[in-house]
Amino acid sequence: MTLDRARARLEPPAAESIVPRRGRGTELILLVFAIGIATFAYINVDLGALGRVPPNALAYLGGLAVATGIAHVVIRIRAPYADPVILPIVVTLCGLGLAMIHRIDLAKDTTHATVQLTWMAVGVGLFVLVLIFVRDHRVLSRLPYLAGLAGLLLLVLPLLPLIGHSVRGARIWINIGGMTFQPGEAAKIILIIAFAAYLVQTRDALALAGRRILGVDLPRARDLGPILVVWLGALGILVVQNDLGPSVLLFGIFVLMIYVATERISWIILGLLLIVAGGLAANAVVSHVQDRVDFWLDPFIDPTGQIAQSLYGLAYGGLLGTGLGQGRPELTPISESDFIGSALGEELGLTGLIAIILLYALLASRGLRAGLLLRDPFGKLLAAGLAAGFLLQVFIVLGGVTKLIPLTGLTTPFLSLGGSSLVMNWVLVALLIRLSDAARRPVPPSSDSSPTAETAVTQVVRIR
Amino acid sequence: MNSPIRRISAGCLLLCVALLINVTYVQAFWADELNARSENRRVLLDEYSRERGPILLADDTPIAQSVPSDDEYQFLRQYPQGPMYAPLTGYYSYFYGRTALERAQNDILSGDDDRLFVRRLIDLVTGEEPRGGAVRLTIDPAAQQAAYEGLEGYKGAVVAIDVETGAILAAVSTPSYGPNAMASHSIEEQQATREALEADPDKPDLNRAFAQRLPPGSVFKLVTAAAALESGDFAADTEVPGPAEYDVPLSTNVLRNQNQQACADGTPTLTEALRVSCNTAFAYLGNEVGEDALREQAERFGFGTQPLTNDDMNAATSVFPSELDEALTSYASIGQYDVSATPLQMAMVSAAIANGGVLMEPYLVHSVRGPDLVSPIAQTEPEERTRAVSPETAEQLTEMMVDVVENGTGENAQIDGIQVAGKTGTAQTGREEDPPYAWFTSFAPADEPRVAVAVVIEEAPDTARDDIGGGRLAAPIARDVMEAVLGS
Repeated sequence: MTLDRARARLEPPAAESIVPRRGRGTELILLVFAIGIATFAYINVDLGALGRVPPNALAYLGGLAVATGIAHVVIRIRAPYADPVILPIVVTLCGLGLAMIHRIDLAKDTTHATVQLTWMAVGVGLFVLVLIFVRDHRVLSRLPYLAGLAGLLLLVLPLLPLIGHSVRGARIWINIGGMTFQPGEAAKIILIIAFAAYLVQTRDALALAGRRILGVDLPRARDLGPILVVWLGALGILVVQNDLGPSVLLFGIFVLMIYVATERISWIILGLLLIVAGGLAANAVVSHVQDRVDFWLDPFIDPTGQIAQSLYGLAYGGLLGTGLGQGRPELTPISESDFIGSALGEELGLTGLIAIILLYALLASRGLRAGLLLRDPFGKLLAAGLAAGFLLQVFIVLGGVTKLIPLTGLTTPFLSLGGSSLVMNWVLVALLIRLSDAARRPVPPSSDSSPTAETAVTQVVRIR
Repeated sequence: MNSPIRRISAGCLLLCVALLINVTYVQAFWADELNARSENRRVLLDEYSRERGPILLADDTPIAQSVPSDDEYQFLRQYPQGPMYAPLTGYYSYFYGRTALERAQNDILSGDDDRLFVRRLIDLVTGEEPRGGAVRLTIDPAAQQAAYEGLEGYKGAVVAIDVETGAILAAVSTPSYGPNAMASHSIEEQQATREALEADPDKPDLNRAFAQRLPPGSVFKLVTAAAALESGDFAADTEVPGPAEYDVPLSTNVLRNQNQQACADGTPTLTEALRVSCNTAFAYLGNEVGEDALREQAERFGFGTQPLTNDDMNAATSVFPSELDEALTSYASIGQYDVSATPLQMAMVSAAIANGGVLMEPYLVHSVRGPDLVSPIAQTEPEERTRAVSPETAEQLTEMMVDVVENGTGENAQIDGIQVAGKTGTAQTGREEDPPYAWFTSFAPADEPRVAVAVVIEEAPDTARDDIGGGRLAAPIARDVMEAVLGS
């Protein structure tokens, strides 16, 4: 289907004469709901655990409203056509995460929530900066190799002596002046941008068919380079940094993006084969990976272990949950970060967890939708990579803590405690807002008649 | 590029659906099994955060109760009178689980019982902290106290039964243990206590009243006498052979009386034979009525079936052996060979005789109350178990047992102004080096029976071997318990 026909189907012919709905009013109403849910959850935690309304409830509500308000106003000015659902979903998730971190603070006598709130402010700040300085997403495609290099540099930063250090065996942290940060979180977004830019430039070559085996057009051997490089890179992260999550995620995103760019299913098959090969190799060599698989197959070989406790928590919550503040999420190890999904499942129940998964699905679907609507290949690729990568991360971490797949250490976007994750996810959302704004912005009437680079590229693909 | 994006969207949808199905499976379908796993601390902590209901005596004195505690568990289980009631209450330990009534009545005590459903619903609406219900026992504190004091220094047990209802008025087992240490919130203390209990050769955590079977010896002669009377061929004044020695049929063995002498010139009446506990006469009687009639009589008194099934106290089933020949029947008739009975069983024999031949179902739980400790939830209704003997047989047996206490081996059970019926027993353990077991089973008042008591003393460390005998050691304890019941 050509884009022109797709556009014709999506927009009625009289589109030019109608002022398109920007949705900013809808966004404001949804944001009020989101802040309401967040504040209610926060108050509920104290009511459930301590039987009193938290003394700083009003300050919390105010802080949340101000941060959200700033983000909303910036969208109104800088991205007026942006999808109105994205920001409210993010605020809801952040609010639930803050409430749960606060809840675990009460149980463990820590003060992580305050730190997380500070990071959220930083995240909103970066969100604003991205929207102000990236006025057109296409500027991001200018320096693919430099971006790729920067991403790789960020990835290996924790391996450096002095600033790099390990937490729970994974060497993915850097420590500068007492501040710890996971550069991998930033690397993820920069690498997605670099992938998108690189693939837009090279996709014609990658899409050229080599041999056809079993009805699948295999790529030419000489084009296999990039995927092998990323595959080896991902394995490298796994072995050197001892962290399964980011390597699986990064490679998965790359395979998805190469598939979107080339429209050739063979890349997915190839990617899956490489994942299986890498997984088997890692399982054989890296003890850390073997443990994860063992615990996945039988979580009760250590009843005090993470997965067993996570499952107990989920079971304890049942259909409706124990109620915020009334479960025992502190019994699950690292329930404030990797396992926050099971902590929420415990206190909000199956109902709450389903709602959270649906929020993630909705957020990803909005990103993918922007990808469908966007007119430039880089934007389409970037939107698809960010949104699908986001959902892949959610799947890997939530699937891990609920024993669907072996556990790999990843943060749950917007919910988990952790500054780097929270901040970089705000940046990711800023990019999605920027992309959705570009996607929904009405097309100038003149552009329909003149051939653009996009239509030309589409024709190349169709000719083949 | 739109069609791969659409396919990827579909893939994302699939991932979400997989997550949704999986969490639904875990939280909705797998949850019960996960919550039931023994090492699941959430469920334990939950249990401890609810106030567990008390176990009360007949006068509402608590023998197990929960008091608030300052640690991560919100309540501590306490047993105010500790060892005296430990065989009944059992213990409530988060590491070793629950035993005895703490186990059997757990649903009520924890508040999970369906009968408390409405109460839970009200608590949910009103925001009240949920609490467990109370279990009130049939135990008479005075009788329990008398039995416990009587057994002091001995290894043994006492059971007292209300003959008309079957309500158990006392159940004591010594040596006992301190259940408080098992309910401690310190896992080290629980472990140390449990290890000490397991290492103790006296098995203090064995409930000897309900779960320990021993050869009943001469107290079993009541069953043999009952079988003889029920056969219609014998009456209380029928003369039977009672020589010094009884030639065991099919065997070269000789069965002797305790004092190596003939009973009442060699031809005692049934009453006289019971009065002096004449072994040869009862061995003869047993073979006259036959193995089958003996077994049937024993079973009508409760042998061969488990008592206390309603209260689930792990009571043992008393045994009258199967497939006896005449030789073995001779020994079984006087409560030796493989005959074994619990103190509860021997109390049931006396209780049935006292109750005109009707054996009532013994029970421990008088009633169950709601968490307010007042509102009734359920009450145990006395229930007929079997007709053990005819009223005529019961009357004759009663007269014979009164004779035992007034003129025979049971003189130590006499109570001023009250007629007592009883039977002594001194059972060989089957091991030469071990002293015999001293038994006594009885009821009072004989003319209007209220309470039946069985006593067994397995070991009396400070007593000379020749002094061990049902009449000397066990009868005074039974007397004290009966006095305690009748006096209250």
